[in-house]
Amino acid sequence: MTDYNFAYLDEQTKRMIRRAILKGLAIPGYQVPFASREMPMPYGWGTGGVQVSAAVLMPEDTFKVIDQGADDTTNAVSIRRFFQKTAGVAVTEATAKASVIQTRHRIPEEDLREDQILVYQVPIPEPLRFLEPSEVETRKMHSLEEYGLMHVKLYEDISQHGAIATAYAYPVKVEGRYVMDPSPIPKFDNPKLEMAAIQLFGAGREQRIYAVPPYSKVVSLDFEDFPFEASKADHPCDLCGATDSYLDELIVDDDGGRLFMCSDTDYCQGRRAAGHVGAQGVPIEEDAA
Amino acid sequence: MTPLLQVEGVAKFYGARVGCTDVSFDLYPGEVMGIVGESGSGKSTLLNCLAGHLTPDAGAVRFDTKTDGLRDTVTMREPERRMLGRTDWAFVHQHARDGLRMNVSAGGNVGERLMAVGARHYGSIRDTATDWLGRVEINADRIDDRPTAFSGGMQQRLQIARNLVTGPRLVFMDEPTGGLDVSVQARLLDLLRGLVREMGLSAIIVTHDLAVVRLLADRLMVMKDGHVVETGLTDQVLDDPQHAYTQLLVSSVLQV
Repeated sequence: MTDYNFAYLDEQTKRMIRRAILKGLAIPGYQVPFASREMPMPYGWGTGGVQVSAAVLMPEDTFKVIDQGADDTTNAVSIRRFFQKTAGVAVTEATAKASVIQTRHRIPEEDLREDQILVYQVPIPEPLRFLEPSEVETRKMHSLEEYGLMHVKLYEDISQHGAIATAYAYPVKVEGRYVMDPSPIPKFDNPKLEMAAIQLFGAGREQRIYAVPPYSKVVSLDFEDFPFEASKADHPCDLCGATDSYLDELIVDDDGGRLFMCSDTDYCQGRRAAGHVGAQGVPIEEDAA
Repeated sequence: MTPLLQVEGVAKFYGARVGCTDVSFDLYPGEVMGIVGESGSGKSTLLNCLAGHLTPDAGAVRFDTKTDGLRDTVTMREPERRMLGRTDWAFVHQHARDGLRMNVSAGGNVGERLMAVGARHYGSIRDTATDWLGRVEINADRIDDRPTAFSGGMQQRLQIARNLVTGPRLVFMDEPTGGLDVSVQARLLDLLRGLVREMGLSAIIVTHDLAVVRLLADRLMVMKDGHVVETGLTDQVLDDPQHAYTQLLVSSVLQV
């Protein structure tokens, strides 16, 4: 494909985005403004993530896209094809084989390595936004480290629901300084934010990039008497029997029949290939037929 | 005795127009001062300059901080000034909507200042909030209601609870009874007077309602066109006004 520059964006734009990424890595959790470009997809479909991926991809990279844990949904397939077409990079569904992983709403179950980059798609980068509508004021709160308001949100949760009901986009404090929205990942994934890979967050519509460098300290906010809890459905995966992975609940018939399965399709596939079978699962050889 | 607040030559201009100019006074701990004057006389400008919401063009506002004694809040670094705004100072707005978070429950509103200064125990935050709602005569069973479900008087009392919960030493009040009907005003004044006496608060109250200062204020400052035209003990100024404008102000009060 020669009609486009490598990975769609022109080199000047990629340099601009890389500068924002470097600044983000230098100040963990700080939202760096950048000149977000129009991408050939609607806002909300991952324009921020796509721009960050385009800026970090190299011809020898292997690219993987996750949408809500799955590799085979519309969003994941189209973004993967986009870079196959415009960058000609190798693509994979296997977490371990990928060097750049763009994700929406999940962190892979498998531990990531130092030579991997995880790129998040972020809808609203500002964790304080729903409590404080003014951007001027929220920037000031970040710069002066005035984060009491974040706990007001958690207080409201407990007073209304008896527990911290925030289940996704659960606010974290990075390296003891900036409060950050980890994008709408389930809070089950929050402990995984302390990882070996580089994590980059791109919000296209809101024009912000932020980052968590490898092995950064990431603490989920909570109260002393209501500590943070990484929750998931209390059930093993019905296909592969995993008890340690985040589950999707599917309704499978009109009689209320349910099936819980790993949201991370690659993880589930890998376990089934290794011979694990869940309560409603079938061994993988017959399944393929 | 060190004054709690020492104001010296404060002036604020809006272009060529005068907001307020050449204002100086000392406020001592436990003292309540009233600032009266007609609309546009610079009362609110002055209050906002004192509370750090506006930067004065000239003059100094020195506050007796807990750690370092008298410090000029105008030249102080912004984080320190905002910290004072959350701890030692309180600001009661005329419209409760300006001072409350309308989409956060009453308990959350009262708890916000506690959480802003580091409280991280839900149970104790809630206990304190319940206690303060009681002190401003709001039923404990309204703790999880949003201020939008409250009457005007209740919203104003909630705003007061939210401000006083961190035990400030100086309270700025901008027309705290404005827009409330007279019986609600009376209750609110009664409550304010009780809290001020009980907590030993110092307060600066801006109002155009002479009855409010008569009840609450020890001292009075009368402003006109950005200038202070008369100061003195409240009763003295109201009963024996010297300046022509003060005489007009006092005689303009309707008698029932």
